[in-house]
Amino acid sequence: MAGPYRDERLAELANGLRRLVVETLCHTQAGHPGGSLSAAEIVAALFFSVMRVDPQDPEWEERDRFILSKGHAAPVYYAALARRGYFPEEMLQTYDELDSLLQAHPDMHCPGVDMSSGSLGQGLSVGVGMALGMRLKAIDARVFVVLGDGELQEGQIWEAAMAAPKFGLDNLVAIVDDNRIQLMGDTQAIMPVEPISEKWRAFNWNVLEVDGHDPAAIVDACAAAARAKGRPTVILAHTVKGKGVSFMENTHEWHCAPVTEDLKERALTELCVRKVRQ
Amino acid sequence: MTEMIAMRDAYGRALVDLGEQNERVVAVDADLASSSKMNLFAEAFPKRFFQMGIAEQNMTGVAAGLAALGFVAFTNSFACFATLRTTDQIRVSIAQPSLPVVIGGAYSGLLGGKTGKTHQAIEDIAVMRALPNMTVVAPGDGVEVRKAVFAAADHGGPVYLRMTRDPSPVVFDEGYDFKIGRAVLVREGSDVTVITTGLMVGRAVEAAALLAAEGISVHLLHVPTVKPLDVAAVVAAADKTGFVVTAEEHNIIGGLGGAVAEVLGEQRPTPMKRVGVADVYGESAPNDDLLQKYGLTAGHIAQAARFLMERRAAHTQP
Repeated sequence: MAGPYRDERLAELANGLRRLVVETLCHTQAGHPGGSLSAAEIVAALFFSVMRVDPQDPEWEERDRFILSKGHAAPVYYAALARRGYFPEEMLQTYDELDSLLQAHPDMHCPGVDMSSGSLGQGLSVGVGMALGMRLKAIDARVFVVLGDGELQEGQIWEAAMAAPKFGLDNLVAIVDDNRIQLMGDTQAIMPVEPISEKWRAFNWNVLEVDGHDPAAIVDACAAAARAKGRPTVILAHTVKGKGVSFMENTHEWHCAPVTEDLKERALTELCVRKVRQ
Repeated sequence: MTEMIAMRDAYGRALVDLGEQNERVVAVDADLASSSKMNLFAEAFPKRFFQMGIAEQNMTGVAAGLAALGFVAFTNSFACFATLRTTDQIRVSIAQPSLPVVIGGAYSGLLGGKTGKTHQAIEDIAVMRALPNMTVVAPGDGVEVRKAVFAAADHGGPVYLRMTRDPSPVVFDEGYDFKIGRAVLVREGSDVTVITTGLMVGRAVEAAALLAAEGISVHLLHVPTVKPLDVAAVVAAADKTGFVVTAEEHNIIGGLGGAVAEVLGEQRPTPMKRVGVADVYGESAPNDDLLQKYGLTAGHIAQAARFLMERRAAHTQP
């Protein structure tokens, strides 16, 4: 039950998700634009091409699972769920509001959210558990976990990184949104996580590297992960924090900051121009 | 002579029987299954047992993932590590989504087998009790452990199951009808109420005998489920005598004593005395020495009861 979008349309779709992110964050006057914008192609590729899911039956047992371990990128996740048909797009206007299913950080009560997250470092362990559970139930599906590069500073990530190869979990795919910036500055200055790919290799993972803003490359890497038998795959996706909005790109200032009405208009205009160029 | 069963032995055997009945039961361990006796389950059901190594946070997250796939997952470590090293993992990945994970805490309280401060769990009830959606069960003997294991697996949400290491007196018979959230009256009395959780119930039975010899009649309520507390039973037990001693192998802050005081303070203000660890860390020493120094013996429960009786006498004097 793959998504309806072919690779060539994914770039356009990702920019559409970015526009929804900007609108959502302007509406709520809070949230994390930078890490949502960097993950747009990753989320678009997964939900519209790679993952076998059914928005009409979010609890379908045979589905692929998705965990947004970097839970602060919830706006781009919700944008993808809305566009994919899990809930009406108007619901994005309730993001971060009282009684909304669209909590600032993902909550399992929302359709399409397979695991609550928001405290960094926990999603990969949950993914290991899900992958083990799928094997036990003979469910032929995969678990996709999206991590941030700053999140790799959490020790629990490496506990899980040690565990997944032990069990030969080739149904587990981790994708690192490597935008190289965290809340207070450059990841390498705050606490170096490089060399990332060597670290995962040393933990016995199948390591792939892609341009995280090239949807076709992400789709191909996920297909390659499916062919790599006997061990888990990590896709190191090189991305730009704040991608697509010039004044938000490559700066920690937009890790977490409210989008004003003026800036929203500027951002939406830029994102429309980019759509035309592509 | 009183029959003795170690809770861990009862736990291991119960897990095997549960695993036979329920294929959805899985277990994850952080290299302590041979201590807690979860290794019996591992040997019986190797495909449903996952050894995660000395990495409790990951083990806890893995349990959440298995639970999200429809399994009932039992985690395994010493009570201190199972609840405190992993508190945020329990909070975010288990309690907030309310997943069916049973957090198995072995070697709770002070008696960790000469291990000392690091391995003694005296804060675990307080911390687990403060998590919304979490159920906290501290069985009083091996019989209750077995029943609690089956009840926890059927519960449908997160449960913290607090157990101990060494043989302890059997208080309940096999016919005892255990239910999560229900307190059980162990002994009817009229002078002072003693409310226990965990294996303090055995020491309280002993204390009641000591006090009976002095003409003091103990009303003994055992509370295996510290959360949700059986409020009606606690209030009724307090009403029965008007004086309450709580007893637990835990810090006097935040555990059973705290839970009972919260309820009685709001619903039925009652003079109380809490028996437990007096907000200090323990040390490594033989069991009997620890119980004596940190005030957890039957004698200490009896002393607390006498203290309240003296208060009553002073109060009723003209």
